[in-house]
Amino acid sequence: MEKYSIDGTPKTPTISFDLGSGVLEIKGRSIPENSIEFYKPLVDALDKYAGSPKTATNVNIQLEYFNTSSSKCILDVFKKLENINKNGSAVVINWHYEEDDEDMLEAGEDYQAIINVPFKMVQVSE
Amino acid sequence: MPVISSSIMVDAFNIYDKMERNNILLSFKGDITSELLTSILTIMENKMENMQEEPKMKKKVYNVLVECLQNLYHHMDDVADAAGDVNRSAIFMIGKVNNAYTITTGNYILSENVNGLRGRLDEVNALTKEELKEYYKKVLNNGEMSLKGGGGLGMIDIARKTGEKLEYNFLEIDNKVSFFTLNIKINQISL
Repeated sequence: MEKYSIDGTPKTPTISFDLGSGVLEIKGRSIPENSIEFYKPLVDALDKYAGSPKTATNVNIQLEYFNTSSSKCILDVFKKLENINKNGSAVVINWHYEEDDEDMLEAGEDYQAIINVPFKMVQVSE
Repeated sequence: MPVISSSIMVDAFNIYDKMERNNILLSFKGDITSELLTSILTIMENKMENMQEEPKMKKKVYNVLVECLQNLYHHMDDVADAAGDVNRSAIFMIGKVNNAYTITTGNYILSENVNGLRGRLDEVNALTKEELKEYYKKVLNNGEMSLKGGGGLGMIDIARKTGEKLEYNFLEIDNKVSFFTLNIKINQISL
C-alpha cells in the first residue's frame, strides 16, 4: 500500500501518511522558514488520497512547537481533510497537547472553530 | 606587536558592560541565516534547560523567539535588495531580569514601509486578548500567505502568547532606510 512518510528534523515534524489505512500522523516540531515547500508533498498526497479515500480517516497531530508560517500550511492540510470528510470518509482529527500547554490547546481550538471536521482534544503528560 | 586602537577596546568594554547590566543571555549582530536560527534556538533551549526554567515559560520563550527570529530572517532581503547589501545585517538580544525575559530585535527596513508596519503594530496593540484570538483566526483563514512567511500572523501570535503590548521604535537613517527596533517582554506573571 502506498505511504508518504518523512523523518523529523529539529525544525520539521515526522510525517507518516498511510493512504491504504487512512491514517495520517504529524509529530514533533514544525518551525521551518519555508513551510509551503515542506508541506507541499503532504498536500499532494492528500489530493491523491481524496480520489479514493477509506471509509474512515484518522489524523493524529502531536506538535511540540509550530510557527505561524506552518499554521497556515496546517490549515491547508485540514481544509483538504474537510473536503475528504464531506465526500464520505469519516475524518477525525486528534489534536494532542501537553497538559500544561494552554497555547497548544488554544491553537487546536482555533482550528476546530474554522474547520468543519470532528476534533478530539487529547491531553498527554509530558 | 600588533597595534590595537584603544577606542576599539573601550568600545568592547562598553558593550560588555551594557550587556552585563541588562542581563543579556545571548546576543548576535550580523547576517541572519537559517543555520544561525537553528543554532540560536538550540543554545537558548539548552540555556533554559540549565537554568531549570519552568516548562511553560520555556515554551513561551521558544515560540516567541522563533517568530522574532524568522521575522528578521524573512525581511533581511527587502532592504538589501533595495538599498544595498550593507544593510543586510540585524541585531538580536535576549535577556532575563528577575522572572521576565526580554527579546529585542533591530533591523533596517525601507522608510516607505514604516507607516504600514507602524499601523499593523498599533492595530495589534489596540486589541484585547479575546479580540486578538478572533483577529488571529480571521487572518489565518482569510489572509494570503506570502512565500516569505505567515502573512502577518507573527506579530499577532507574539502579542497573544505574551499578553504584552509590542514595544517598538523607528529611527530614520536617511530617506531610504530606517532602523526598526522591536522589544518583546515575556513575564512570568502574565502566563
